Amino acid sequence: MSRIQKRFDWLKSNSEKALVAFITAGDPDLASTKELFSAIEEGGADIIELGVPFSDPLADGPVIQASSQRSLKSGTTLKKIIQLVREIRQSSQLPLVLMTSFNPVFVYGQEAFVKDAVEAGVDGVIVPDLPPEEAGEFDALAQAQGLDVIYLLAPTSTPDRIEMISQKSRGFIYYISLTGVTGVRRSLAQGVEEKVRRIKQATALPVLIGFGISGTEQAKAASGFSDGVIVGSALVRMIEENPDPAEREEKLKVFVRKMKQALQDSK
Amino acid sequence: MSTPTLPDRQGHFGEFGGKFVIETLMPALEELEKLYHEARNDPEFQKQLRFYLEHYVGRPSPLYFAENLTRQLGGAKIYLKREDLNHTGAHKINNTIGSALLTQRMGKKRVIAETGAGQHGVATATAAALFDLECEVFMGEEDIRRQALNVFRMKLLGAKVTPVSSGTRTLKDATSEAIRNWITTVEDTHYIIGSVVGPHPFPMIVRDFQRVIGDETKEQIQQVEGRLPDVLVACVGGGSNSMGLFYPFADDKEVKMIGVEAAGYGIETGKHGASLGHGAVGILHGMKSYLLFDADGQVQEAHSISAGLDYPGVGAEHSYFKDSQRAEYVSITDQEALEGFKLLSRTEGIIPALETAHAIAQVAKIAPNMKKDEVMVICLSGRGDKDVDQVAEFLGEEL
Repeated sequence: MSRIQKRFDWLKSNSEKALVAFITAGDPDLASTKELFSAIEEGGADIIELGVPFSDPLADGPVIQASSQRSLKSGTTLKKIIQLVREIRQSSQLPLVLMTSFNPVFVYGQEAFVKDAVEAGVDGVIVPDLPPEEAGEFDALAQAQGLDVIYLLAPTSTPDRIEMISQKSRGFIYYISLTGVTGVRRSLAQGVEEKVRRIKQATALPVLIGFGISGTEQAKAASGFSDGVIVGSALVRMIEENPDPAEREEKLKVFVRKMKQALQDSK
Repeated sequence: MSTPTLPDRQGHFGEFGGKFVIETLMPALEELEKLYHEARNDPEFQKQLRFYLEHYVGRPSPLYFAENLTRQLGGAKIYLKREDLNHTGAHKINNTIGSALLTQRMGKKRVIAETGAGQHGVATATAAALFDLECEVFMGEEDIRRQALNVFRMKLLGAKVTPVSSGTRTLKDATSEAIRNWITTVEDTHYIIGSVVGPHPFPMIVRDFQRVIGDETKEQIQQVEGRLPDVLVACVGGGSNSMGLFYPFADDKEVKMIGVEAAGYGIETGKHGASLGHGAVGILHGMKSYLLFDADGQVQEAHSISAGLDYPGVGAEHSYFKDSQRAEYVSITDQEALEGFKLLSRTEGIIPALETAHAIAQVAKIAPNMKKDEVMVICLSGRGDKDVDQVAEFLGEEL
């Protein structure tokens, strides 16, 4: 059984909701990412999502775009990120997912990437610009190696696409809460609950809500009808605003703990 | 003539093309494809399109025998397909009129576009004014500086010009920003993409709206020469004027096609825009195509004196033409393009766009080695008024 599935099984038996924390790998550098990973784990996140920086991240708002740039400037590459995962796996068994644009993976070589990622201890991948229609080869390679390919659904997704993507996704379903790019928003977008309920009718997979989840109120609201939330820009902004490593790690830990707590409070 | 059947149903030209976009946009692309097929088969839509192309754009554009240039180069007979004479001064309007009509058909009230040289931005703002659509154009800060005249034209036409300060501050990032905006506004906005690039069905739609260039050329050259041309030459940034000229000749194997990319400061300097000639296959802006990127898959900055060729990718169908060897792709440096710019101005009294000047420069290289009875057609994709300031600066002339 995969680390992701084990985690969700455990959450279910304890009636807990999942908190997924996203940070960009290599922002501000890979050594810091390793420390931030530990801080987030201590804070109580259930899954960590490491963003692979890309020169042209089309689904990202200004906060994550800027973090991608900082990471690239510090010399981060996909190869080095996989090496970092290998190091993290010496001391952590927390489910770990990579989120990346397709080009870095394509240029790395799809087969080599899947093999190296699984060997290093990556549990799943989210490739926003690789819809199932274009993912035939990648999906087959990933499935053969037991790497979960997590697909996204959006407010614009039609019933046919909800059906198709529910069949294809592994690990969980990433529901994009709003018609837009990643970023910090004040409240949960309208219509999320109805759509998530509809998706849950089509699949037994956990459905998690991301894009624009940046505070405890939204987490609380989302946990009422979903299986958890993904928080990204809020954490990335915290990294940007806190140059002191110790302070930064403490702030992230406290924030993650508060978010996880908010998910429990709604029970 | 058998009609080529590409792209296939998934939007692929061989291994190229496709729909590499986030789920949020997938339903809109599916809907656009369906709507476009209906429009294409609707005689009423075609009639409307023809009406605007004839009475508003001024089509058909002339196929002009450039006698002076032919004499000066001393080889092949050179014809110019005068897209510079279209309303707004470039071929871009062929696509924006068609796309604005599609927008109306969709019932959407707002359009967005990206622009490099500003020609596509102006053409989109023009069509938006004509069909009463709200219009926002994304343009890199660097290009806003290079193309001040076009920025003002867009504003006069009622469009909002949004500067893009991320990344390279040129066409690549303007395109990224337009896509991000579309992800946010897709429910009431249509994206009028400026070239044969992006996710399916855009490369097909833009090609179909631009093929009028080649369709007319075919008829016109038959009338004056009684046969097909030997060589077609056009510049390639994203590749819409070249695809417009080439596509109707795709099955006429005896017609040679040459696409001219930007060699910038010189291929050896690494500062160029020659994705087909010197890039590798990758994924950017929703499509798989030739692309300029580093060993880690990070997209590289392109360079060209002309904002319209300053793009690290290229239309998927050109990648297909390259690999199937249907077309040949070469490149011309900034310096050579300037010579082409001056050459056409002096010999024919036509100031070409800097983009187009790359095609002229290529012709200046090959025409002298061709026979006098051989026939060549250049797509004169745009006029050069917008570039005069920049060229003066380059040549050290005070205006």
